Amino acid sequence: MKLLTHNVLTSKCIRGVTVGYPLLIKATNVKVSEVEFKPDFVAKVLPKIEWDVLANAAESLGHWQNLPKELPNNYENDTDFLKKIHRVLLEVEVIQGELICPESGRKFPITNGIANMLLNEDEV
Amino acid sequence: MSKCWKKYLLWFAQEHIEFRIAEIESLLSLFKIDMRYDEKPLNQEPFWLVEFTSETDAQLLASRSVSLRNCIELWGRANSLEHLHSTLKAKRDLFVPHFHSQKSFKIEVETFGKHFSQNEKVSKLETFDYLPLQGKVKLKNPDVCLQYIEYYGNKHLNPPELPYEIFFGKLIASGLRQLIQKLSLKTRKFIGNTTMDPQLSLLMANQAQIQSGDIILDPFVGSGSLLVAAAEFGAYVFGSDIDYLMLHGKTKPSRIKQKKRAEDENVYANMKQYHLESQYLDVLISDFTTIFWKPSMQFDAIITDPPYGIREATERVGTEKSNYVVSEEHLATHVPAKIEYGIPIIYRDLLVFASKHLKVSGKLVCWFPVFREDYNEECLPTHPCLKLIANCEQPLSKVTSRRLLTFEKTRPPSIEELNIEYSTIQDFRDKYFTIREESRKEKRLKNASLKKENWEKYMTNKNAVEVHK
Repeated sequence: MKLLTHNVLTSKCIRGVTVGYPLLIKATNVKVSEVEFKPDFVAKVLPKIEWDVLANAAESLGHWQNLPKELPNNYENDTDFLKKIHRVLLEVEVIQGELICPESGRKFPITNGIANMLLNEDEV
Repeated sequence: MSKCWKKYLLWFAQEHIEFRIAEIESLLSLFKIDMRYDEKPLNQEPFWLVEFTSETDAQLLASRSVSLRNCIELWGRANSLEHLHSTLKAKRDLFVPHFHSQKSFKIEVETFGKHFSQNEKVSKLETFDYLPLQGKVKLKNPDVCLQYIEYYGNKHLNPPELPYEIFFGKLIASGLRQLIQKLSLKTRKFIGNTTMDPQLSLLMANQAQIQSGDIILDPFVGSGSLLVAAAEFGAYVFGSDIDYLMLHGKTKPSRIKQKKRAEDENVYANMKQYHLESQYLDVLISDFTTIFWKPSMQFDAIITDPPYGIREATERVGTEKSNYVVSEEHLATHVPAKIEYGIPIIYRDLLVFASKHLKVSGKLVCWFPVFREDYNEECLPTHPCLKLIANCEQPLSKVTSRRLLTFEKTRPPSIEELNIEYSTIQDFRDKYFTIREESRKEKRLKNASLKKENWEKYMTNKNAVEVHK
């Protein structure tokens, strides 16, 4: 599971949970695999991203690469910056671990990079 | 200033012909190309006469079309060879610039609806000896490729002696027929029982008007065939599915000769096979009734083939038991129970989801199963924020078909429009099994009466033989 995906997931659909965002990450295996860098895509997707959430998630996995705490202005043409963000969004991947609902503590296991978001029949 | 229109011939492949008009219209709108029909096209006709204002437009259209075989700049069109020759001879001087001595060329003879031997084709070719050809003949990748096409109609039995129409022109561009080969399911790493055919997957991606850098979702992803097609056109892809075993590639193999699935079979492996792994975002194991995407998440397109409950189950997590609780000791390994997720509810949820999670002007492209005799446009799923912009039928059997629906999101939904409770759609699955039950019973009765008849015949014969003795 990539950090881009983590950035757009919430556990709000669980009964009794009001925000459910961001999910906590507990990772036992993190992999960085090369993905073709397309600056246009990174620049396009950045406005949709919660910067703080991305920063905290990447930092907890040790892959923040000293990026600024706040999204800088005029990043569209800053290739070095976009490349680092590209790495955080698309190349860092949780292979084994858990996503945890911040309110209910419900855990969602990640196996072979695929998160299992199924609730049980008594939770729906 | 008035535009200068030029005539072109669009030559389509005769496969999945129901989708070609919708595909071309979708691509014209995607690329904002002006195209005029010389004659209103019919779906079953493989040749369309159209006009563009520039050759670039024609090339752009062909570069994305899956239905199109070739796009030809039309130099001549006639009902007889004599007429064609006289047209071409009159325009002879116009062709000279295409044929200077440095340019290699080739002339292809194509006949549609009737077979000719190579020798017959060569003799047809020799009648064009008046063309001002100067360069060398080159059969592979020539600078100029000319096509001479005879059209004997699209009903293959008893073609007429002489062609209905003949066309002559210069090949401008070819469509994406080769891509269908490349994505063939025969050579694909990971497939399931209901994996979508590559041509239909690519057509869906074109209905969705996918552009490079779009983020798209298939919420009933299965083996990910729709993601592969979308990624071919540069989309970044998300998928989700309730089936844990499917997404982990652990279901029973779908190929008859395969005993066990390979260790690494999954959606990602397919993307990797076609060198599209950079377009892969993630797949999630998730039930479509519990949405984990954050409320502000907007996809550029949603492309999906929901289960019809015939070959793939329509299920969601739930239980019929009241007050059921999973006990603490079983929690870690518990597999959630599933209940029926009826087709009317699936489509209601899908359209509500699209009204919320599509960007405005984004497309929802999905299949919808119908009984052909019951079909009218009123029985299709609707939502006040989604406008139906295309609707093509693919027959599945004598009585059933599925329709490829393309919706465009016109505006954001109100709170009430996000909580639509009713669904007026007929349950395809219910009717499917009722009808089947009936025909099974009929079949049994028919077989029984046939057996009885045969037995009686046998007995009379036997008696006759015995009497004879």
